[in-house]
Amino acid sequence: MAVVLILVLLVLASVLFHALSPWWWTPIASNWTYIDSTLIITFWITGIVFVAVICFMAYCVYRFRHRPGNQAAYEPENRKLEWWLASGTAVGVAAMLAPGLVVWNQFITVPDDATPVEVVSQQWLWSFRLPGADGKLGRSDTRDVTPENPLGLNKNDTAGLDDVIIEGGELHLPVGKPVRILLRSIDVLHDFYVPEFRAKMDMIPGMVTYFWFTPTRTGTFEILCAELCGVGHSQMRGTVVVDEAADYQAWLEQQQTFTQLLAAREPQPAD
Amino acid sequence: MVEIPAGSAGAVPSAEVEDVELYHPKSWWTKYVFSQDAKIIAVQYSVTAISIGLVALVLSWLMRLQLAFPGYFEFIDADSYYQFITMHGMIMVIYLLTALFLGGFGNYLIPLMVGARDMVFPYANMLSYWVYLIAVLILVGGFFAPGGPTGAGWTLYPPQAVLSGTPGGKDWGILLMLSSLIVFIIGFTMGGLNYVVTVLQGRTRGMTLMRMPLTVWGIFTATVMALLAFPALFVACVMMLFDRLLGTSFFMPAIVEMGEQLQHGGGSPILFQHLFWFFGHPEVYIVALPAFGIVSDLISTHARKNIFGYRMMVWAIVIIGALSFIVWAHHMYVSGMNPAFGFFFATTTLIIAIPTAIKVYNWVLTLWRGDIHLTLPMLFALAFIVTFVNGGLTGLFLGNVVVDVPLSDTMFVVAHFHMVMGVAPILVIFGAIYHWYPKVTGRMLNDALGHIHFWTTFLGTYAIFFPMHYLGLLGVPRRYYELGETAFVPPSAHTLNVFITVMALVVGAAQMIFLFNLIWSLFRGREAGGNPWRATTLEWQTPETPPAHGNWGKELPVVYRWAYDYSVPGAPEDFIPQTQPATGGTTREAIA
Repeated sequence: MAVVLILVLLVLASVLFHALSPWWWTPIASNWTYIDSTLIITFWITGIVFVAVICFMAYCVYRFRHRPGNQAAYEPENRKLEWWLASGTAVGVAAMLAPGLVVWNQFITVPDDATPVEVVSQQWLWSFRLPGADGKLGRSDTRDVTPENPLGLNKNDTAGLDDVIIEGGELHLPVGKPVRILLRSIDVLHDFYVPEFRAKMDMIPGMVTYFWFTPTRTGTFEILCAELCGVGHSQMRGTVVVDEAADYQAWLEQQQTFTQLLAAREPQPAD
Repeated sequence: MVEIPAGSAGAVPSAEVEDVELYHPKSWWTKYVFSQDAKIIAVQYSVTAISIGLVALVLSWLMRLQLAFPGYFEFIDADSYYQFITMHGMIMVIYLLTALFLGGFGNYLIPLMVGARDMVFPYANMLSYWVYLIAVLILVGGFFAPGGPTGAGWTLYPPQAVLSGTPGGKDWGILLMLSSLIVFIIGFTMGGLNYVVTVLQGRTRGMTLMRMPLTVWGIFTATVMALLAFPALFVACVMMLFDRLLGTSFFMPAIVEMGEQLQHGGGSPILFQHLFWFFGHPEVYIVALPAFGIVSDLISTHARKNIFGYRMMVWAIVIIGALSFIVWAHHMYVSGMNPAFGFFFATTTLIIAIPTAIKVYNWVLTLWRGDIHLTLPMLFALAFIVTFVNGGLTGLFLGNVVVDVPLSDTMFVVAHFHMVMGVAPILVIFGAIYHWYPKVTGRMLNDALGHIHFWTTFLGTYAIFFPMHYLGLLGVPRRYYELGETAFVPPSAHTLNVFITVMALVVGAAQMIFLFNLIWSLFRGREAGGNPWRATTLEWQTPETPPAHGNWGKELPVVYRWAYDYSVPGAPEDFIPQTQPATGGTTREAIA
């Protein structure tokens, strides 16, 4: 009965692997602990179903294996049993779906006090833009992108003149404050992905996508691109640093604004 | 449930559709090469699909070598790595699985199982194969074209698919890929119409829809879906070709590529994703439903018991097929589409789990109180259930929109879809080949070689893909040429990558044993006889094995009962063929 034994061992090995695996999610650094909880609920429900179905199957193979003189039963269907199983499954599915949708609703509802932070991607570089003193980001367009104006800001929009531009550097965020991450790409699809924040979203040329989160602990985290963007995809890395409020302010004051950037880069008049 | 007392249904008069000499091929060429016999076309489809599948297998070795030993193999640079993953994925999904299930098994089994002499449009059926072959040749042409094949990922997302940062984007690669897909779809449409019309119009007398084996139901439903889903891909391919060749902007917004403003504007990259997945998700079930159908028949035959809940099984196939057209955007939860879509698509996606779970229960309940013969087809069926349950359950993670957010685009996704639509259907294909090879060739496959092949493939693939989920949970992204130094990835993850690669090489090598078995048994296999598994369905009742052109000799068979009269109480044997009139014992059909 090698088959039965191997099926049972396979279930056992899978459960043990899950319990003892050193490969597990990174320690969370955002408010999305709800996502982790929903994932854990899903692990429990699916894990129980997996163990139950495979063990029952192994039992059937053991108990009803062919021996001389055996005859199978003749039972085309059993309406009652089939409906019971279908209903039970529906309950299990609802138990996973309901919390999932509740958390999704939180995920897509950005709090009013969230600070906008723009991430702009291109092959294979991350850039960032923070609002200046006015708290607003100015308008932008891929058509306005030039070597002097790498993020394509509209020079006629006064709201953008004081925006802080960080080209290919690292992004800093203050701990404990919700941020609305606005995502923009000037060439192909990219995806802003920091495993510790749990959230990620594709960046699409021609439109602005978003997600929000609140950083919950200070530290330095790696930004990865999670949407295939050409041969440099795996090298497209960046860094986000979550700071205490004071450190964040100190860093922010050292960054250059759009006006300063233009002044430094625009060709000077000939005279 | 209908109780038919013994003798109440007398013998039906013999069939009127006679065998006509005129229709038989007259030369070697028309008999074996440009053949209009569905059985020959099936073998042509299968041999071509398996051959191109071997190319995809070798590509998977190369990409695994890179992941386990980054930088060690100098000929695998980033360009070729992305070309390998792209071609591997596209070949496996379209040119192997779709072609083998529908063109291979569909052609061989539909006419035989419904009691037809052939497909209803044999000439179009022949064309279907040759057009498919041309599509494969165009695809392979990519390897020899300047710049090599496309490296855009099998999803071919624009804009990168047609830009210079992607291998083949500005060369021949993407053009050949899109052309090959367009040609494939043309060929498939000719075959697909045949399969559907044959099931609807070509059934022999007595073969009602609710007496068809589930294999036919699975292939039939999958073909209807494919005929409805492939046009979306067709349109997307044509539009992208226009964008690339004529400078249109269907999928191209304003773009600055490497510092240069391109002449595109106003197009939508997300539109392509909607079109692609409107095809792409049904595609998962185009592969899965034939596997569901076939595995039902394997389990029933080798457990000597009727499939449990036949009507529910048929309805589950049809409902899954219908629902699969309104779940496509679960591939796009983090694509930047309107996030409100998440509520709808998560709900439809998780609802599909219910009919799917019913199928799993009914397979296991068919084993319950059966008389289980642990033949190779049965072993592959059991392995399919393990793999499919595992892969199906991880689908509940990815379908549930908010749980998908951290997992999407990681190795968890790669592990999930390989488990559920890679390994699971391929295990069914193997089981089906061990099951029907005796009918196709008249000889049995070697049992000892088959057992080595089975255990290595089943346990090996599980060892590859089960641990891979945990890399994704850790946060390792998919489609990474090299992970490099990444703070959150511990060194042990690299060890796991080496383990997975070694297992992939072993499993790949085991397929060579299978190929050897296929060829060796053709000449040296044990003589099978007409019905070695003592099965009820029509293909095992042909007058000759392998069946001759026209399948049935002088007269078509007449069907008197459903496909699952195994172990009927009071019957002299533990199976009653569908062609046997209800004269002895009682048959209880699960028909309304």
